[in-house]
Amino acid sequence: MRYLPLTETDRREMLGVIGAKTVDELFRDVPERARLEGLVDLPRRKGELDVERALAKMASRNVAAGSVPFFVGAGAYRHHVPASVDHLIQRSEFLTSYTPYQPEITQGTLQYLFEFQTQVAMITGMEVANASMYDGSTGCGEAVLMAHRVTRRKKAVLSGTLHPQYAEVVRNLSEFADYELEVMPAAVPGTTEDIVAHIADDTSCVVVQTPGFFGELVDLRPIAEAAHAKGALLIAVVPEIVSLGAVTPPGEMGADIVVGEGQSIGNGLNFGGPYVGLFATRQKFIRQMPGRLCGETVDADGKRGFVLTLSTREQHIRREKATSNICTNSGLCCLAFTIHMSLLGEEGYKRLARINHAAAVNLAERLAKVPGVEILNQAFFNEFTMRLSRPAAEVVDALADKGVLGGVPASRLLPGAGLDDLLIVASTEINTDADRAAYAAALEEVL
Amino acid sequence: MNKQGRPTSIAGASSAAHETFTGNRALQLEEALLFELDNPGACGVDLDEPAPFTARLGNFERHGRIGLPSVSEPEIVRHYVRLSAKNYSIDAGLYPLGSCTMKHNPRLNEKMARLPGIGDLHPLQPVKTVQGALELMDTLAHWLKELTGMPGVALSPKAGAHGELCGMMAIRAALIARGEDEARSRVLVPESAHGTNPATAALLGYKVDAIPATKEGRVDLEAFKAKLGPDVAAIMLTNPNTCGLFERDIIEIADAVHEAGAYFYCDGANFNAIVGRVRPGDLGVDAMHINLHKTFSTPHGGGGPGAGPVVFSEALAPFAPRPYVVHGTDGFRLVETAEDAKADGTTPFGRMTAFHGQMGMFVRALAYMMSHGSDGLRQVAEDAVLNANYVLASLKNDLSAPFEGPCMHEALFDDRFLKGTGVETLDFAKAMIDEGYHPMTMYFPLVVHGALLIEPTETESKQAVDLFIATLKDLARAAKSNDKERFTGAPYLSPRRRLDETAAARSPVLRWVPPAPKQAAE
Repeated sequence: MRYLPLTETDRREMLGVIGAKTVDELFRDVPERARLEGLVDLPRRKGELDVERALAKMASRNVAAGSVPFFVGAGAYRHHVPASVDHLIQRSEFLTSYTPYQPEITQGTLQYLFEFQTQVAMITGMEVANASMYDGSTGCGEAVLMAHRVTRRKKAVLSGTLHPQYAEVVRNLSEFADYELEVMPAAVPGTTEDIVAHIADDTSCVVVQTPGFFGELVDLRPIAEAAHAKGALLIAVVPEIVSLGAVTPPGEMGADIVVGEGQSIGNGLNFGGPYVGLFATRQKFIRQMPGRLCGETVDADGKRGFVLTLSTREQHIRREKATSNICTNSGLCCLAFTIHMSLLGEEGYKRLARINHAAAVNLAERLAKVPGVEILNQAFFNEFTMRLSRPAAEVVDALADKGVLGGVPASRLLPGAGLDDLLIVASTEINTDADRAAYAAALEEVL
Repeated sequence: MNKQGRPTSIAGASSAAHETFTGNRALQLEEALLFELDNPGACGVDLDEPAPFTARLGNFERHGRIGLPSVSEPEIVRHYVRLSAKNYSIDAGLYPLGSCTMKHNPRLNEKMARLPGIGDLHPLQPVKTVQGALELMDTLAHWLKELTGMPGVALSPKAGAHGELCGMMAIRAALIARGEDEARSRVLVPESAHGTNPATAALLGYKVDAIPATKEGRVDLEAFKAKLGPDVAAIMLTNPNTCGLFERDIIEIADAVHEAGAYFYCDGANFNAIVGRVRPGDLGVDAMHINLHKTFSTPHGGGGPGAGPVVFSEALAPFAPRPYVVHGTDGFRLVETAEDAKADGTTPFGRMTAFHGQMGMFVRALAYMMSHGSDGLRQVAEDAVLNANYVLASLKNDLSAPFEGPCMHEALFDDRFLKGTGVETLDFAKAMIDEGYHPMTMYFPLVVHGALLIEPTETESKQAVDLFIATLKDLARAAKSNDKERFTGAPYLSPRRRLDETAAARSPVLRWVPPAPKQAAE
């Protein structure tokens, strides 16, 4: 077996040192009736070539996003990732190291975590950020729990334009943890006035996504004002982090916690994971933050160095009194994020955002001309919602048959909400003019 | 110089008469922060400026400088290559972190995860365009169920601790369905449990009740039985436990838990010790998470991503969360929403995360499982256990071991052998860095004083383990022979000497800020 270096001779010698006749003796604490004598009912070992063939066969039954005109978003976005990103994250020293528990020999990981935290704080317009969460949706759940800890209240308000799957993660967590939740019905494309009316004296936080699930950009300022007047926090959710290259960041509009999905920068689609959750807040809340934090310090010689810090909030020290049960982060995915963001820099990040927006505007204008299409958004970034003259699920299906992946029918995530004719469409820098033309032509045929 | 004649200080080299241009000497790399590399006008990507289009941004256009530095691609590549050189990794050497399980990461798995038909799929593409991906998830689910002897599985949890949350949510959902949720408010957690266990139970509003350990490092059966009662929702137990031992009374514990009407959550972090030899389902487990990176070698990338699928018993399987894959007459389907589940006749409790889970980890784990097969996976457990017992037997006279063997996949030592030497556990571990090793897990489990938990794993050769043993014997001898400085000042040869963690926590600096502009000359 290529991954197992012990030889039969080694095993014999080692058993001799241990003083056991067979390896079975080492399993003697296992109750006899639970010992598996034979092999489990699964295939035997395979060589590298056979494993490659088996998995390549499965892969061939999928339509790779990059092989067709592609306009699918709703919380995950296909962007071009510079080649050096994947090359660098595959360096063994990054890829195969663990949580930096020994800072003296993990300064590489620790320094990039510190740089990542700084970048996330900057782009969200916040003071501090943590070293990443599992993803945007679970980060959103953690933000709500944090707001409960900060305000000592137990009731959250979720806006109707929060990604339905994010809302469900929060709802699930809240229901089991006996917190209260007010979930507003899906609003297309969504306004702010209705949220403000729901903020009460016992509200711990208001959760608002921007751009919203249907693509609409949200003015957070009146919501922040109303929340703060009642002693509640504003949690802003940014599922498409490229947007902040062109759009006023939540931190400048009064958000207290910003959570985001960082997949768009540096990370591929991966069929939904692994992704990288971004989590930023104000300095005064750092001891209530969930997750891992990297801090600057000095070593015994006075040189600058980095360590994991404020660990007295964490489960391995505080056990049942910890701020969260999280014991890992998305280290490698946040490395990909931080490398891509470094390559972009100030100008590249802003330009990438402008290109995305221009591509979406161009697409919206083109599709609006197709009979049976109505664009519902006023202000959007790189994603918008169309009302179609046919059920969107049927349209997406028919478009797929024509080799165009045309978006996400709202009914896929919100069945039974009367939104069957809505299609959510995303465009990024990967779309060419030919892609957009192909989409418009295919849509015209299908409708 | 130490006893082997090796230098223990680089003072001579670093006090050279002149400064180098970069500040670097040989491979003693000093790397500036990214933000200090800012070179206005430089950029690491080529992007054309689009025609101006801001009308649809409403009043939301971003103005002002963000503060991100401008750096070219070659300088970015060098920056991260230099940073990487400051990291220890499993590809560089033995990484005996007990309870964390650092084993070889085959590059075949990386290659498979990057197949366009796997890595370049959107989670919300039409289901008919991702049939192979759903087949892959279904296949992984099948392997996990066969290996654990359990009928249900939830793939979506994003890490081990997230899996714990998932398992405990299913338990609570089952209690709600039985109408016993109000009555059962206590969760029993052994002292030796991972900190995530009590944190998870507390997150769901349970009162955490600790079970003491016996002198033999196992759950105290009598104390445990005394704590059982009609108000207990579950026990969260790790097996093999965090002392590296198999809980001999496990079946008796499971029976007692079930008799009391509670559920048995097993922390499956240490499944690599028994995979292919023991099925948790046969032990009476109701729910167990499996850290794919530990048992099935997905790389941990400096702290993640992880993946924590959960397997369920017959009793809990109906509550497993969405989404899940089903195989119908016209191929694979994905049950994603409450409405889908209702049509499918199931009662899942909800959703752990947006989308379907860590596909990138699923494919790596499945590639590893297929490579090993049923026969190889059994060998995995045997070699992991053999290596750990070899370490325990070889070092028990030099270090001090609190418990008799056999151990499972990790060998636990304590700090009695350091008594009177003035060397602490931490010093001993830091001295290992100068000897070229990543230290073992320190101060965990909490049940013994000054714990040193060593997990060699099955992917270490006898030669590598022998060298490691020789190094530890040498260090133990040095500690006992008053060579205190070798320990208390260690590490000497790493990119950084011992870091001041207290100062970092006392006045936290969590981000870079631009230096204040210099005051204009008066």
